[in-house]
Amino acid sequence: MKRRGYLRWVGLGVLLLVAVAYIYPFLIQLATAFKTDADATAHPLTPWPHEWSVAVFSTLAQQDFPRWALNSIFISVTITVGRVVFNSMAGYALARLRFRGRSAVFGAIVAVLAVPSVVLLIPKFLVLNQFGMYDTYAAMIIPLLADASGVFIMKQFFESVPLSVEEAARIDGAGPLRTFWSVVLPMSKPALITMTILAFQGSWNELPHYIVSRQDPALNTLTTGVASLVSGELGQGNQFPLKLAAALLMTVPVAIVYFVFSKRFTRGTYEGVDK
Amino acid sequence: MTTLLTTTSTPAAPPSPARRGKGPSRREGRVGWLFLAPTLVVLALFFVLPIGMALWVSVSDWTGNGSPFSSRVHFVGGDNYAALLTEPGLTQRNFATSIRNNGYFVLFVVPLQTALALFLAMVLNQRRLKGKQFFRTAFYFPTVTSSVAISVVFLFLFSSTGTVNAALKLFGVDGPSWFADPRGVFQIVLNGLGVPKNPAALTSHGFLGLTWWDWLSGPSVAMCSIIVLVVWTTTGGFMLMFYAALQNLPPGIDEAALIDGANGWQRFWRVTLPQLRPTLFLVLTLGLIGTWQVFDQIYVLSRGAPANTTLTPAYLSYSTSFIGKEWGQGSAIAFLLFLVIVVLTLVQRWLLKEKDGKRRSRR
Repeated sequence: MKRRGYLRWVGLGVLLLVAVAYIYPFLIQLATAFKTDADATAHPLTPWPHEWSVAVFSTLAQQDFPRWALNSIFISVTITVGRVVFNSMAGYALARLRFRGRSAVFGAIVAVLAVPSVVLLIPKFLVLNQFGMYDTYAAMIIPLLADASGVFIMKQFFESVPLSVEEAARIDGAGPLRTFWSVVLPMSKPALITMTILAFQGSWNELPHYIVSRQDPALNTLTTGVASLVSGELGQGNQFPLKLAAALLMTVPVAIVYFVFSKRFTRGTYEGVDK
Repeated sequence: MTTLLTTTSTPAAPPSPARRGKGPSRREGRVGWLFLAPTLVVLALFFVLPIGMALWVSVSDWTGNGSPFSSRVHFVGGDNYAALLTEPGLTQRNFATSIRNNGYFVLFVVPLQTALALFLAMVLNQRRLKGKQFFRTAFYFPTVTSSVAISVVFLFLFSSTGTVNAALKLFGVDGPSWFADPRGVFQIVLNGLGVPKNPAALTSHGFLGLTWWDWLSGPSVAMCSIIVLVVWTTTGGFMLMFYAALQNLPPGIDEAALIDGANGWQRFWRVTLPQLRPTLFLVLTLGLIGTWQVFDQIYVLSRGAPANTTLTPAYLSYSTSFIGKEWGQGSAIAFLLFLVIVVLTLVQRWLLKEKDGKRRSRR
């Protein structure tokens, strides 16, 4: 019994230590964004600036940063709307509508789920290029409008909705379209919110697809833009406060969504995963 | 008529022939396809078609100009694959190096992230622990933020004048300049133990254009910082999977083991872990698939440098195609990577299966 108590304290100690290791980088990021270059180099360990400076933010504002942010917002919002609509339609069809070929389609979607996305980098470019879509917003958005895992999550959810309500609607003479639109969807708010969060976070943070679907700097998103910033497009020096401020700003929207929907966020990721 | 009604109202029942082509089922069929259409079009155009096209490019001599289907593009058979696997040269050496690097990356990241995630989930699952929500938030937040943003943070943390080295200095240790150090950690340790640099027995022979000494190098110091970064960002997600599984375990079994006098360690290995087997399998599979695809962090942090020791097949495939304009080879690397992932997933499945059959305790 004594040993267990001792182990518990060790566990708690390690837990706290790990928690510090998980939070500290973000504190450093926040502080360094308000440091001067010299301060960042001289005091990399302190989570507060010795002299406050907001110079990097005005530098970012003069650079292409606002353009990247606007692109990211536009692209992510479009993809999010598309995914919520298309994934829930497909998920509903696979969960509730009976028709020939349904299980074959489901099998195909699971197969797509199994293909590593990195393997698709070059292939996607080839197709976008062949269609003449390369270097357009369409090329960045359309391939991400549907995702197999989203369809999977929505299907799992619709299967958990009790059938009785739909039956009632059906007996009242509503067709499948109407049942979906006015009965099932209004009941699916939790799933739709989960899907919205996952789709927004996923498309906001996406990097490889935006690399291979365009090269025009005007089409940079925050991910590709900040990545090029890091690789030294701004030239001289380390400029860590500038880079960390850019990274900080691109984290803010996801952080807000995360802290507001924290519970949903954590639930969404393992929805349908707990086998 | 009765069969028709019952089949439409039970979703689990297989479609019976009586329903097909009549009344609501035909309408459902039309609506079903209509609902699936956008998803199917996108998946067909941007997942299925691309794979076919890339397979063709991987056996062609397309240089990136014009259409890969034009008459100037020729079928070259397995040439692109041969350059990577059997013909000695720079191409082969780079490919072998990327496989070695990623192999060590997987070898370190997968066990670390799985063990740490399981540990954190176990501690979080303690009934008496306070502040669970806080810990969950802290551990999971890195998983949801952008890999680009986090890579920038780590670039600063691990820079030669950065936070990690400043912290090491507090203990009197002079940290390396992490992202510039190509030395393999196993080689550093072996040298420290008195093994000479480049021992002749290991450098005179090799495999795929790399000497055995190079194969045994271990991850480079630069790769180690990327390993830390990836473990740091992925643990949270897996922790939540374990946590969910733990919460769903029936408490009775653990209590019974406690009454039987099993200590904490025994209960963990003999009672809890076997019940977590499905989740453990899932975490290992996802981890394996994810780590063989590491790209974002490499692209932002190192692009393969220093001395190719952070080069991974995913990044090599990208750079070979988009920078080197060797599209056939780039595609061939992608398919070989695919093959590696498939084979390893099957091996892992087979390894874990035998015991799985014996104590398959589905809830």
